[in-house]
Amino acid sequence: MSRLVLTLVGVAVCATAPAQGQRFDVRPEVAIEARLLPDDPQFDDQLTVSQLALILTGEISWRSKDRDTRVQFEPLVRLDAEDDERTYFDVREASISHEINRDWDLLIGVSQVFWGVAESRNVVDIINQFDTVEDVDEGEKLGQPMIRVSRRSDFGTVEAFYLPYFRERVFPGADGRLRTDPVIETDKARFERGGDEWAGDLALRYTNRFGGVDFGAHVFHGTSRNPRLDFNPSNGFLEPFYPELSQGGLDVQWTRGAWLLKGEAVIADMLGETLTSAVGGFEYTLFDVSGTGLDVGIIGEYLYDDRDQTNLPNTIFENDVFVGTRIALNDVQDTEFLAGAIIDDQTGGVFASAEFQRRMGDTLLLEIEARAFAAKDDPFIRSLEKDDHLLVRLTRYF
Amino acid sequence: MTLFKSTMTAMGALALFMPALAETPQEKGFAIAERNDVSDAGFGTSTVELTMTLADPSGRTTKRDLRIDTREKEGDGNGDRSVTVFYSPRDVEGTALLTHSKVIESDDQWLYLPALRRTKRISSSNKSGPFVGSEFAFEDIAGSELGKYDYTYLETVTETVGDEEMELDKVECIPAYERSGYDKIHCYFDTEVFQARKFDFFDRGGQKLKTLILDDYRQYEESLWRPHTQTMTNHITGKETVLEFGDYEFGIDLDERDFEPEALERL
Repeated sequence: MSRLVLTLVGVAVCATAPAQGQRFDVRPEVAIEARLLPDDPQFDDQLTVSQLALILTGEISWRSKDRDTRVQFEPLVRLDAEDDERTYFDVREASISHEINRDWDLLIGVSQVFWGVAESRNVVDIINQFDTVEDVDEGEKLGQPMIRVSRRSDFGTVEAFYLPYFRERVFPGADGRLRTDPVIETDKARFERGGDEWAGDLALRYTNRFGGVDFGAHVFHGTSRNPRLDFNPSNGFLEPFYPELSQGGLDVQWTRGAWLLKGEAVIADMLGETLTSAVGGFEYTLFDVSGTGLDVGIIGEYLYDDRDQTNLPNTIFENDVFVGTRIALNDVQDTEFLAGAIIDDQTGGVFASAEFQRRMGDTLLLEIEARAFAAKDDPFIRSLEKDDHLLVRLTRYF
Repeated sequence: MTLFKSTMTAMGALALFMPALAETPQEKGFAIAERNDVSDAGFGTSTVELTMTLADPSGRTTKRDLRIDTREKEGDGNGDRSVTVFYSPRDVEGTALLTHSKVIESDDQWLYLPALRRTKRISSSNKSGPFVGSEFAFEDIAGSELGKYDYTYLETVTETVGDEEMELDKVECIPAYERSGYDKIHCYFDTEVFQARKFDFFDRGGQKLKTLILDDYRQYEESLWRPHTQTMTNHITGKETVLEFGDYEFGIDLDERDFEPEALERL
């Protein structure tokens, strides 16, 4: 790490010569966040009314003049006033990437990868662990140590990943909201492969496009990002168990006019069983509605999962319908509104979410998120039923 | 005058006269646009950094810094390929738009969202909507491939653009693609180096909606001309968007792979 810092300092000195054409940037961000919880908590010890947090993050990056080499560093510190489990440090990115030649590309370090095409959930997106503390909807990810080799050709791109270290999922503590009942003891995690986080994962991905069709295919062998939660009768807690996982998957998007048709599917082997996870649907956008500049997108997706919930890591997305909308004002402040609901068509459980964001001036971003849960007969949503909340985040960029 | 000589003179005059007779206003309009298109041929690749300033009538301004990489078209039916990267405002920094423009078919576009590391193929049917809150519509920033418009020569006028008086060919350009927000565009090309100097955009009701002035042309590598200031004024709202370009770099080392969606996360 100290070598990286030295490199960056050296680079910072070089960057004083603008004619060189290289780019060096230091861009800190500070955010304050307030989560407002109107309902009394369901469980004793859980915090009430409001939860304040301070988030310090930012990016230090350097790019060579020929653009072939990039260094990126993005740390994140989150200080939560109430829940210790939500106070943490993470390295979102600390990587060096180099384009060896026109065809080959190498990345070493901690990084993030996105796979998939859907909006509600990406079943193929396996590389990074989700940061479930930051966000309940699988939107935020933990940095993943990796070596990535890419080979680009006229017949598409192949990427090979070696992931030496496994990142565990972090769960809210007993006093935290949006938790399970009983509480999950994050520290008590067990691993099927090698007994620890150092078993190493392998993945291979292929991407290409033909006309309006963009697609990706992948295989993965390693440790499941999603743990099974085993009840420990001796202490009354749930303990994460991360099984071995082998999977193959496809993601396809067909773009035609204002329509995007999307599908993702994974077939996986875990604990001697085979399961299928899939998501598919459409996104249709009405652009420049009545000449106002406003875009209105309509999203409909179906989520399917046939896993055996008694033996395998659970999912709340068994047979669910997602409906959502995205409204962009396309104004100077980039005002955007997103709303959606996932409805389980068997239990009637609902997870609804609405997000609003708008820039204020040049360096402030206001984000407001509202989340609501209605369990009905859904066992996974029941413990969240009193956790409807409003989150307000103000980020200052420097 | 011998018969031979007078015959030759008549034939010469006829030969001179014939093209003018055959050339309709449509052909002449197309020829003017083509002359402009050809003047740009052979640039290969280019990169340029620019500042976009959005101003409302009360004088409030917002700035956006961006970079545009362009790779010249290859093959029939294809337009140029470009990558637009945003440096500021900070909350959208690193956002990139890749466009493979086409002549008749709709363009292919991908958007890179850096916070998610996500490259998303997006619909390119948005023509008339504003580009990042500016007075430029998506169709204004898309590549101006020849086949995208039907041309009619109107007249040759003398006008002052910027602070230079020049002779301009005025051509009516009618969008041939679907979902345009314009009824027609009056395009002005100078008669000396054949560059676009001014566009008047007329909305579907026939009303003059916007004017774009291209100014501060500088010459690169013998034959390549680039405007370094572009000012779009909206006559209805009084809002204005000014693009100020830095120096262009041509012939930089960007190959076709740098204009594929996989490359967006590596900008």
